[in-house]
Amino acid sequence: MGKKSKRTEKLNLPLTIESSEGSERLEVRRTAKLYIGGAFPRSESGRSQEVQLAKGGVANIARGSRKDLREAVRVARIAAEPWAARTAMVRGQILYRVAELMEGRAAQFRDDLISHGASKSDAAAEVSAAIDRMVWYAGWPDKLAAVLGGTNPVASSHFVFTLPEPTGVIASIAPEASPLLGLVSRLGGILAGGNVAIVLASESAPLPAVTLAETLAVSDVPAGVVNIITARRAELLPHLVRHADIDGFDLWGCPDALLVEAEQGAAEHVARVARRPHGVKDRADAFDGERGERIDGITAFLEMKTVWHPIGS
Amino acid sequence: MPSDQSPKGAAPRRTPTRAVSVTTPAPAAIVAPASSGLAGNSPWAYAPAPESREIVTIRQRYGLFIDGKERAPSGGEVTITYNPATEEPLAEIAKGTPADADRAIEAADRAYRKVWSKLHPRERAKYLYRISRILQERSREFAVTETMDSGKPIRESRDVDVPLAAAHFWYYAGWADKLEYAVPGRRPEAHGVVGQVIPWNFPLLMLAWKIAPALAAGNTVVLKPASTTPLTALLFADVCRQAELPDGVVNIITGPGSTGMSIVTDPRVAKVAFTGSTSVGVTIAKGIAGQGKGLTLELGGKAANIVFEDAALDQAVEGVVNGIFFNQGEVCCAGSRLLVQESIAEEFLARLRDRMSMLRIGDPMDKNTDVGAINSKAQMESIGELVASGVAEGAQIWQPACDLPTRGWFYRPTLFTNVAQSHRIAREEIFGPVLATITFRTVDEAIEKANNTAYGLSAGIWTEKGSRILQVASALKAGVVWANTFNRFDPTAPFGGYKESGYGREGGMQGLHAYLRSS
Repeated sequence: MGKKSKRTEKLNLPLTIESSEGSERLEVRRTAKLYIGGAFPRSESGRSQEVQLAKGGVANIARGSRKDLREAVRVARIAAEPWAARTAMVRGQILYRVAELMEGRAAQFRDDLISHGASKSDAAAEVSAAIDRMVWYAGWPDKLAAVLGGTNPVASSHFVFTLPEPTGVIASIAPEASPLLGLVSRLGGILAGGNVAIVLASESAPLPAVTLAETLAVSDVPAGVVNIITARRAELLPHLVRHADIDGFDLWGCPDALLVEAEQGAAEHVARVARRPHGVKDRADAFDGERGERIDGITAFLEMKTVWHPIGS
Repeated sequence: MPSDQSPKGAAPRRTPTRAVSVTTPAPAAIVAPASSGLAGNSPWAYAPAPESREIVTIRQRYGLFIDGKERAPSGGEVTITYNPATEEPLAEIAKGTPADADRAIEAADRAYRKVWSKLHPRERAKYLYRISRILQERSREFAVTETMDSGKPIRESRDVDVPLAAAHFWYYAGWADKLEYAVPGRRPEAHGVVGQVIPWNFPLLMLAWKIAPALAAGNTVVLKPASTTPLTALLFADVCRQAELPDGVVNIITGPGSTGMSIVTDPRVAKVAFTGSTSVGVTIAKGIAGQGKGLTLELGGKAANIVFEDAALDQAVEGVVNGIFFNQGEVCCAGSRLLVQESIAEEFLARLRDRMSMLRIGDPMDKNTDVGAINSKAQMESIGELVASGVAEGAQIWQPACDLPTRGWFYRPTLFTNVAQSHRIAREEIFGPVLATITFRTVDEAIEKANNTAYGLSAGIWTEKGSRILQVASALKAGVVWANTFNRFDPTAPFGGYKESGYGREGGMQGLHAYLRSS
């Protein structure tokens, strides 16, 4: 990592100091903000938190508050119905477009992961896998009804069919140890099913989530469909799970110590809950390969609707 | 209602509107006038046609069914189950304790590890087919027992509950050796021991909905029936013996709710299924939080039955009546909110009152009875309290004039009009024969009002326009939508709720998913 000029050239990003007409050029740093309703606000609380970077130094990350969460739920609720109403094919194409744009930002994603301590090769592998994962999900929306639903051959004169529909507004506690591939693997499932999301990003490694937000903002994903909040999980989780306008919780990344409280909060209003399967650890490799390509990530937040109609003249 | 508003072809008669005092919700206090459409001098009066109870031998006392054997409860205590139509005690029922639950779970765990999980799926299927056959063979016995214990009309237990229960076992039997087709791309695995708690409104049917998919998927079961309706579950224990189901695969523990909690919270129980009220469902979900158990909840409902102006009105009236008075309205998916388009409201309500006046309320064992007994005294009181709130909050009440038996727990079918969406009778699940009417003008307004509830179990749509059915069906936040029909059930058709009506599905391929861990 010592050869900064070479790396800069490769990544094509103005991250380092170069000479400029005799004086050293000062890096223009990125302010890592929240992503709510398609915009990048700072936390209304005015707080930020320092995250230590592997290459040295710190990054100031917005520290989202309970109010930021409430705002995210508000805009997510508004975005939910139009997003669910898009055709399955269009939702698939929009997810594919996200993958396209992630490819274009692959270098920054790699840099984020390296900043959080990943080796160069691990970072490259995780970014590639995350892009491929998004493509995997992009193919799902227009197949779900055929794979999960169908017609029911009832023993009476009725035509009866069952179709999956999105649950609605889903809050996701993103995986901690797999900050990009894990995030994309959980978020992709929520979006492919036609839901909207509020994501609490990895606390120790939030930069890939910030970059993903910046990618989504220029994609075709409508404002409010994905909202990403960087925050201290232990602070926000108790409030998040009690928010009655959240229909489901993806607790994959919920720390074990907070799981009971999180599930009890979700139970208050019969919210759907998905959690890390028994025996699976929140580890960097938890979403590698076929382990990450699981339809469960989609089905956790689908409602099956059965419609009956008589047959007759 | 003057007789000139009667539907074409219906016999003219007077159906007086009565005002009901807020403080007298008990129907026994209401004396039906002689002008009732069903009084003895009416052409509509039927001679009694009681089903014989001879086929049933109810024992004085029942134990718990643990590890294939009947056992006395460890605490030695019993409760009484009553016939709600006569208030007569039927039998003493074991009051299972947490210690009994522990023994049942131990038996289920052992049966899972040593027998059931080692059985070839094909053989598992054959056990379920056997159970289905025995239920068919003993259908009359089950129907009569069910009606005596629950108060539901024999017509319903005979034609709906028992045949559907047998059909569920039949349907899921065939899945037992085809599970990989239910979870494409994944490997199906059983959970192990499943804990199930079921309600009193469809005692045998709910047992079948729970046990059939659980066993087909390869799990073993500890089931707690409702404390007021344990008899058909205990009769089912006898079916398990007849089918020579291995000991411990099905265990039935009667007892109070606390015993149910000790079943579902036990760490050896890997998956929990509950049907009942939303408040108990929430308590269960909180009780097992963080334990990593699978959970499905089938909870309350407040279904909208939406009648558009172009609907076939007489057909819609039948559907609305079936929607709310089937099983005395003690149905989680009951169509308890009538949403009727303003342009036809007056005529529709006239026809509805007319039809309600034709309902036969009384002896559940009578084959002509439409509306039987309310399941318990507590439920009677709960219905009465909510009806009183409807009157107090300003809704207009109407009840048909009809004779009610002097003994037993019977509630007069009740229609509310001028109901505001904020009224308790429009928001809370009454679980009784009480219909709250709300009007609407446009399709959008109907959808908005139908979805204006914390629940989302079912809904009905009545219109002759196919495209409108599909549009409204897709806009309704409800797990089951009946178009031009209501309260239809089938083992192949998934059933379950949106929102606070719960999660997970019962019936169909989707009903298997909750009983499988897929890896």
